[in-house]
Amino acid sequence: MRNLPGLVTVLAVAGVLCALPFLLSDYHVSLAAQVGIFFIAILGLNILTGYTGQISIGHGAFMAIGGYTTAVLSRDHHTNLVLTMVVAFAICFVVGLIVGLPALRLSGVYLALVTFALAISIPQIPLQYSKFLGGSGGVQSSRTVDNLWIYAAAWTASAILFVLAWLILRGRIGRAFRAVRDSEIAAVASGVELPVYKTLAFGISAAYAGVAGSLFVLATNGFAQPSEFDVFLSLELLIGVAIAGLGSLWGILAGAAFVGLLPQISTSVPVIGAEHGRDVVFGAAVILVMLLVPDGFAGLLARLRRLARA
Amino acid sequence: MATVESSPRPSFRSRRTDVGSLPVVLVLLLGAAIFLLVGCLQSTNFARLTVEGLASGAVYSSLALALVLIYRATHVINFAQGELAMLTTYVAYQLIQWGLPYWGAFFATLAISFALGLVLEVALIRPVLHRSVIATVIVTVGLFILIDGVVNWVWGADLKFMPSPFGNGAFNLGGVAILHLYVGMLAVVAASVLLVWALFRFTKLGLGMRAAAVRPAAAALVGVRVDRMLAIGWGLAAVLGAVAGLMAEPSQLFLSPTLMQSILVYAFAAAVLGGLESPAGAVVGGLTIGVSISLVIGYVPQISSELQLPFAFLVLLIVLLVKPSGLFGRREVRRV
Repeated sequence: MRNLPGLVTVLAVAGVLCALPFLLSDYHVSLAAQVGIFFIAILGLNILTGYTGQISIGHGAFMAIGGYTTAVLSRDHHTNLVLTMVVAFAICFVVGLIVGLPALRLSGVYLALVTFALAISIPQIPLQYSKFLGGSGGVQSSRTVDNLWIYAAAWTASAILFVLAWLILRGRIGRAFRAVRDSEIAAVASGVELPVYKTLAFGISAAYAGVAGSLFVLATNGFAQPSEFDVFLSLELLIGVAIAGLGSLWGILAGAAFVGLLPQISTSVPVIGAEHGRDVVFGAAVILVMLLVPDGFAGLLARLRRLARA
Repeated sequence: MATVESSPRPSFRSRRTDVGSLPVVLVLLLGAAIFLLVGCLQSTNFARLTVEGLASGAVYSSLALALVLIYRATHVINFAQGELAMLTTYVAYQLIQWGLPYWGAFFATLAISFALGLVLEVALIRPVLHRSVIATVIVTVGLFILIDGVVNWVWGADLKFMPSPFGNGAFNLGGVAILHLYVGMLAVVAASVLLVWALFRFTKLGLGMRAAAVRPAAAALVGVRVDRMLAIGWGLAAVLGAVAGLMAEPSQLFLSPTLMQSILVYAFAAAVLGGLESPAGAVVGGLTIGVSISLVIGYVPQISSELQLPFAFLVLLIVLLVKPSGLFGRREVRRV
């Protein structure tokens, strides 16, 4: 019964999410769906960065792979969209393992460098193989879905993947991840197989990003375009993780809401206005959060809780 | 720049100088130089590609050197280094719009960059430096987005044009036309690299900065203001970045907010190839990356200019997998 408050929280969040589509307009449902998409990606990246201590500035690349998987499968084979998400999950898991392999020998800033270079290079690939991947024009999937469909899909997937993450992290694997984060050398000395767990963490988080990417493409009318997956997407994910902090559902929700809603909200910021205001607010907010609330939203909550108890 | 590295280090932090591979690396580089020379004498096309590659390589060197200066001192990679360079190039553009002559704007921009780097270190980096690599990386990532937003906001995303500092002429060298621009780029970068080297090698300030970077605690004990040295290091890095930005602009013919994004990746590859801690390595690495990309794009039909960035990514990955310490880096041995 120790987990009772946590369980109640999760159920309450789930209840609110089920009720939301009946209360909101279609436009706001699309925003809530956007938050759900980022929730999945940030949840995945949190497993890698938060729990295993490996930094990645390239998870937008896995979102791109997931998104193109959905678009291409739908274009060429009219595959069921939910099935394409499962395929995206599988493909990104494998690609994540492959990218994770060199990550074994890299840590800290080196890994950041490699994943950053990955994030900048990946939008070039569709331009090179334009026959198959549509060039700069992008790939249009054969079926488009409405906002409610995306909302339902995004949050159902979020729920499944959240439970999956919880199952992974609470057990043996999660302990190994945390051991790797706290001290690689101590982890090896205690019998944690570094290669297995580091690549596994990379694979899992990449798979999450893949599912998010495929929903991301569906949310833009089933249209996968290189410019949608520029380096800023990867940066935004990392920022979402920083804002989320570690190990809290509320934190991840806050990170996802920040990343998913800010582009829309900042367009109504009076002075700086549309398009560019977004980046200014984004960048400034991140720096402020890092300077003032180093442990992100989760850390802030923990601090408030301690204050309340005292 | 090699002399910056020259002093042998006592085993205070159990670092060991990896001199074993240095002769091999030098022989390889000599071989590459001879290959390029023979190639240039044989074919004018080869010579043209080599000179182009050297000129863009000089830009990568300059930015890579900026990254290395900061990495040596604080073990942090400044992901905003490229965007910072782009911002200062816009500052130069603005100064020229206000009527300053090109070279006046050039030097004024360098001074502004120095101040900007200094302020950023003190205000944003210093508070998070002691925390973790991830925290510092995230702050520089935030800075990346912030600068991009500010430039888009102030100057807009449309292309800007600056007067060419070196004119449009070309030298004729044995039948090969070499643009003044390329010679100018190489000369400006070489001059700034030499000046920075001389600063580190011959001045008391440089000595203090080297001490603060290599052995901060010991340096502080003998009276070096380590904090101040780190801030000055950021200022110098910003100046080198500004040089890179100002020299990248004429070779790309226009100024846009994405000016430095791909150049930053080449600079990463260059810095890692050179060993990430070695200034000489950054310069050699930049030139190597520049020339090899230029030759590969020119001669391998399967690799078009779209694959230029993935190619740099591959170089980065291979260096890190095969020889993580780069050409001139030391292998780091950690004590548990």
